[in-house]
Amino acid sequence: MLRDITLGQYYPSDSVIHRLDPRVKLMGTLIFLTSLFITKSFYGYIPAILFLFMVIKLSKVPFSFMVRGMKAIAFLLAFSVILNLFLTQGEVIFEFWKLKITKGGIYTAGFMAIRLSFLIIGSSIMTLTTTPNNLTDGLEKGLGFLKIIHVPVHEISMMMSIALRFIPILMEETDKIMKAQMARGADFESGNMFKRVKSLVPLLVPLFVSAFRRANDLAMAMEARCYRGGEGRTKMKPLKYKKRDAIGYLVLVLYLGIIIALRILLK
Amino acid sequence: MSIIVNHLTYRYNPGTAMESTALDDINLKIEDGEFIGLIGHTGSGKSTLVQQLNGILKPTSGGVYVDGADISDEGYNLKKLRGEVGLVFQYPEHQLFETDVFSDVCFGPKNLGLSKKETELRAYEALKQVGIEDDYFYQSPFDLSGGQKRRVAIAGVLAMKPKVLILDEPTAGLDPKGRDELLEKLTAIRKDTGCTIILVSHSMEDVARYADRIVVMHKGKIAFDDTPSEVFKHRDELKEMGLGVPNITETMYELKAAGFPVSTDIITVDTAVKEILRAMGK
Repeated sequence: MLRDITLGQYYPSDSVIHRLDPRVKLMGTLIFLTSLFITKSFYGYIPAILFLFMVIKLSKVPFSFMVRGMKAIAFLLAFSVILNLFLTQGEVIFEFWKLKITKGGIYTAGFMAIRLSFLIIGSSIMTLTTTPNNLTDGLEKGLGFLKIIHVPVHEISMMMSIALRFIPILMEETDKIMKAQMARGADFESGNMFKRVKSLVPLLVPLFVSAFRRANDLAMAMEARCYRGGEGRTKMKPLKYKKRDAIGYLVLVLYLGIIIALRILLK
Repeated sequence: MSIIVNHLTYRYNPGTAMESTALDDINLKIEDGEFIGLIGHTGSGKSTLVQQLNGILKPTSGGVYVDGADISDEGYNLKKLRGEVGLVFQYPEHQLFETDVFSDVCFGPKNLGLSKKETELRAYEALKQVGIEDDYFYQSPFDLSGGQKRRVAIAGVLAMKPKVLILDEPTAGLDPKGRDELLEKLTAIRKDTGCTIILVSHSMEDVARYADRIVVMHKGKIAFDDTPSEVFKHRDELKEMGLGVPNITETMYELKAAGFPVSTDIITVDTAVKEILRAMGK
């Protein structure tokens, strides 16, 4: 039941996208998402569509995985499309009963639909082609310049890695505790809102205790192996830019250029 | 109270790429007052099976019948069942959560809807049964030692006065003295209440000593279901399954192999001593 959630949803494959430095992918995702909001006309989305499909093709991840994320926002998508379609003011194109569909409505709804779906697919590509630890490594190296203003970049990145690592462990623990309390007659399902929240105490207290215990043990294990934070710490697999990363950056710059150009030209 | 497991099959993640059959056509009958030892290699399905007996897990096919009623039926009172079939998980001290020991033990009977008076009476009795002193009753459970926490957790299940008590490796992580004490206490509880005990264990010695019936599980199926002396005659097969025979039995085999004319149908140290003396002509 609780095991179905695979966080990050990494899809193992040997594609050029998978092998790209995570910093390129992070920058790429950022640029792509920004481009969705720079574009103001439907034609402006053509490069975006082309870019997206090129990346999907190169990533060798089956398309079905891409759209899986869409399921989560299907309701939100439908809701906002319908809302925009019928409630936007402007030049009326279609009318039945009391409902009016305006030209502006079609535009706004269309933009909303494209933006939301591309947003989801774009970020999905990021998580499908990058392992969570690769991601945090990329963030740590990429945001390293913030160390100058005393932002604890390494510590934050380590916290993220550990948190990601412990999610499946804590989910399993939750399952175990839930079953143990159910065996003592605990009821997590029935009752009003107040009762149900109260019934979570026998679940949350042992879970927190367990989490703290693990944190304590992990800290000791790390210290026993000479961990003292980020100062002077080297990596087994340091992130180094390769030729393909330079090409990647180039493609991104070109893409952004095209998007901005189209925005200016297609006033 | 009789429990009948009928052609029970259980699959994890059915219909996905990660489907695995944990229990394969299990048939079992559990009678009143038995002491059953459930042994099997890790992954053989022991824990999955015991979780079927109080409805925590539902069968993929087949059923569990308690006193003739199918517990998977809609409307079956599972809460009541859990009061009668008590399950103590591995490392039960992880379930402690209340601010004091006494309240934690009251959790079970309270969930069964008993009166405050009855709840507190049962909690008191249960804590006494496991040997926790009065002074500890109002301490935080997190301030106790590992062994004490374990006993409090077991008391939490005993307080529900189950007719069938299932314990999944209750001695895991305890020192030898703690193990012996716990198993002795369980035997005493069984004598007092007449409850059925199902002990899931990795210790051949423990089940040889305390159980009057051993069920051996292997890859989701029941391999053997017989008295300890009979089960441990299958030394080679048990070894192939990743299990073994009690140490003393192993010793008798080695004595025999070294030429000493002893019987290998021995599963406890006391009977071994008698047999060795007999073979020496004393």
